[in-house]
Formats: sequence, structure tokens, C-alpha cells
Amino acid sequence: MQIGYYPGCALHGSSNDYERSVRVCLGRLGMELRELDDWVCCGATAAHSLNAKLATALPARNLAIAERDGIDQMLAPCPMCSMELIKAGQALAASDALRREMSEIVEQKVSGATGVLNLIQVFQQIGLERIQKAVVQPLSQTKAACYYGCLLVRPPEQLRFDDCENPTSMETIIKALGAEAIDWNYKTECCGAGMTMCNEDTVLDLAHKILTDVAAHGANCVVVACPMCHVNLDMKQADVERRYGVTHRMPIYYLSDLVGMAMGASGAEMGVDRHYVVA
Amino acid sequence: MRPSSEAVDMLAHTHVTDCYQCGKCSAGCPVGERMDVLPNQLVRLVQSGNFRRAMDCEAIWLCVSCQTCSARCPKSVNCAGVLDALRQLAVENNVINAAARRTIVFQQVFLNNIRRNGRLNELELVGVFKSKAFLKDASVPLLFKDSLLAPKMITRGKFHLMGEKVKDRALVGRIFERCFAEGPRGHK
Repeated sequence: MQIGYYPGCALHGSSNDYERSVRVCLGRLGMELRELDDWVCCGATAAHSLNAKLATALPARNLAIAERDGIDQMLAPCPMCSMELIKAGQALAASDALRREMSEIVEQKVSGATGVLNLIQVFQQIGLERIQKAVVQPLSQTKAACYYGCLLVRPPEQLRFDDCENPTSMETIIKALGAEAIDWNYKTECCGAGMTMCNEDTVLDLAHKILTDVAAHGANCVVVACPMCHVNLDMKQADVERRYGVTHRMPIYYLSDLVGMAMGASGAEMGVDRHYVVA
Repeated sequence: MRPSSEAVDMLAHTHVTDCYQCGKCSAGCPVGERMDVLPNQLVRLVQSGNFRRAMDCEAIWLCVSCQTCSARCPKSVNCAGVLDALRQLAVENNVINAAARRTIVFQQVFLNNIRRNGRLNELELVGVFKSKAFLKDASVPLLFKDSLLAPKMITRGKFHLMGEKVKDRALVGRIFERCFAEGPRGHK
């Protein structure tokens, strides 16, 4: 099985542990990733804050490349990227005028027909049964808090993925690995990671609330499917602890880490040893 | 683009007049407690045409774009989109809120980075942002913030010293030019 792959800047930068984890995990499940040729940044918060047209044009450039190269389905493991690509694709598919305008701007025909998937959706496509069959080391000691954050589930009209107030798709996968998924309150509260560099105050506060709720409900780790959530909750966890005078020491895993380890991969193979908070 | 409720509606693909001020957007906002003007108040300011206040506030730059307000609006007003529109209009009309200067600089530095490289160069982002922000507010703590993280990131192989660039950077430049030249119109 082959699927298109849009890594986005984070996975080719400081979240390259996530890319490795995704590649190793999906490789073990027989899924080959075909990286989009010469992809550009989706524009992220900066684009949609400063220039609405650019926030469509940058994803449109990527969608045009996918269409040119015959990629009809593409994994974007970063929810910021997948949300921007999906939003642009839907706007393009809905408007002839926009398709014409964007095709001119990106100098290539674009229709918005490419299907864009987040990591959870790729696991769903592979199928729970197949994942379950591949489990050789059930994660019976794991009590995971599945954390979705903001852009995996919002905006719901565009993403049409899971319940935007109480999603459960990650829990379903985690349980198939033999782990326990705990019930908790903050699974769709934003961690604010996009603001880490310019407004740390806000971000540490949000991360602290999330980590506090995780611990209060008895989880022994957090599972994420977003590079920014991971940076914020893992790399910045020491800053949160210093600021609030607490000890969280809460390991943060990518969803692909846990699937990979349940299938017998070592922590090192999944890149877990490169996380900041080690279990 | 001049600020108007029509401009906001067009940029945000919404109808601000639909809002009946229930306040659900503000109740669920993760950063509402820090805002000088709440999300529902911002929508009201747009409805009543008070753009000076709506653009010159810290709140629009404290927003973390989590989309909770839009998702919960009983009238389907795209509140997060309204804040996007207000940010764009503020910068286009040179309204730079003093308390939010650092965030505005960050977003501009980020976008310029993409314009030049096609992909985000993280090291360049940190360097340019910190020096620009330092020139504006002379904050020494900001200058050295996270400097201890660099060696930790290097030992984890999480640092791209060179950063990546797309091959067709000329096209990226033209895309930016076209989007900024024609007076940005909203599409989402």
C-alpha cells in the first residue's frame, strides 16, 4: 500500500522524531510513504493571520503538485498542515472562480480533489483488525490520556472527523494495543503551542492545566498526534514545572510510538529516547 | 483593505450580523481570561463599526486560533475567522497594538521566512525574531530565553543547522507577490 505524504516543516525540522516514528510504524504495517515533490509550507498561523489569500494559495500549491503527480490521498501528520490543506481543498472544490484564480496564482491547474488524512485516519484506513493482529507486546501497563488538542477536530464542518467535543478515535486505537485509555477533561483544549516563541506565558499556563488534569485522572502518559502538542508538552514540560513549582514528569508519546512499540519495535527504534521526558 | 464589516465578512466567510451576543465563544476561549476585549465583544465592535478599538487591542493577538469559538457558535459565526480578519486589517492599516508588538513581529518574521525559503528555517526564525523583537523592546530575557534548549536539541538531532529550501523558490516568491499585490481577498 502506498500513500502520498506531506511532512510539513515541523517534521523536517525539530519534530523529526515524529517523522521517524510515523515512517517506522507505518512501514511495519506495510504502508509506504511517497513524499510530495518540492512541497511548500502550509503558511500556518502566520498566513491565516496576515493574508487570507495566501492561506489558501500555499496549500493550493501543494494540492496542485499532488494532482499533477497523481496522488489522490495524502497523509499530513501535522494537524495544522492537514487542516489548512483540507480547508483549501474544500474551498477549491466548491468554487469555480476560486479554482481559476488559484490555478493562476500557483501557475498550475488545481481542483482540490486530493484527499488529505491525519495520522489517526491512516490507522483507521489500515484497519483496527490489522493493527490488532500485528500487536506482539500488548501495552498492558499503559494508562494513556489521549490528547487531541485543537486542529485535529476543529473546525468540524471542514474536517468532518470524530466528535469535536468528545473525540474517541485515538482511544479506540490505544485500546486495540492492549492499553487503557483514561477519561479526562482537557482532551480538546488547545495547548497554544503556536505561540511558544512570542507568548510563552500563555502557553505554559495552558500546558500546565492540561498536564495537571492528566495526572489528576491517573494517566501515566499522554498520547498526541501533533508535532506542536508534543514540543509543548514534552520539551517545555521542564519550564512548566519550574514556573509552577510542580513535578509532572509525564511522558508524551506520539500515537505512532505506541502502535510501533506494541508491534514489537524498541523505544529507540521509534525515537522515544529522543524525547525530553523519559518514562 | 479598509476596515468594514463587509471586509470582515468577506475575509472570514461569515455574517457578523448573525451574532446575537450569547457569549459562548468567550466562555470557551482558552485565553479569554487574558484578553482585554473578549471574542463576543470583538464581534460586537465589528457589527457596530468600531474598528479602531477592534484592531487596536491585545486580544486579537492573544488568540491561539484553536477554533473553539467558531465550532461552538450557535449561529455559525466564524468567530476565529473574524479575529483572523481583524489581524490582517490591523497590519494592513498599520494599527500595531503596543502590548502585542512582539506577536505581530513574530508572525511577520515567520511569513518572510516562508517567502524566502518556501519552508520554515527554524534557526533563522529564532535568530531574526529575537533580534527584531530586541530592537523593539530591548528585552534581555527574551534574547536568552530557551538558549539552554539549543544544546539539548542538538544532542537529540532535532536541529537542522542549514534548514531546507524548496527548489522552486522563484514561484514561491511570485505566489506571495500575487497574494499581497492585488489587495488580499478572503477565500476561507
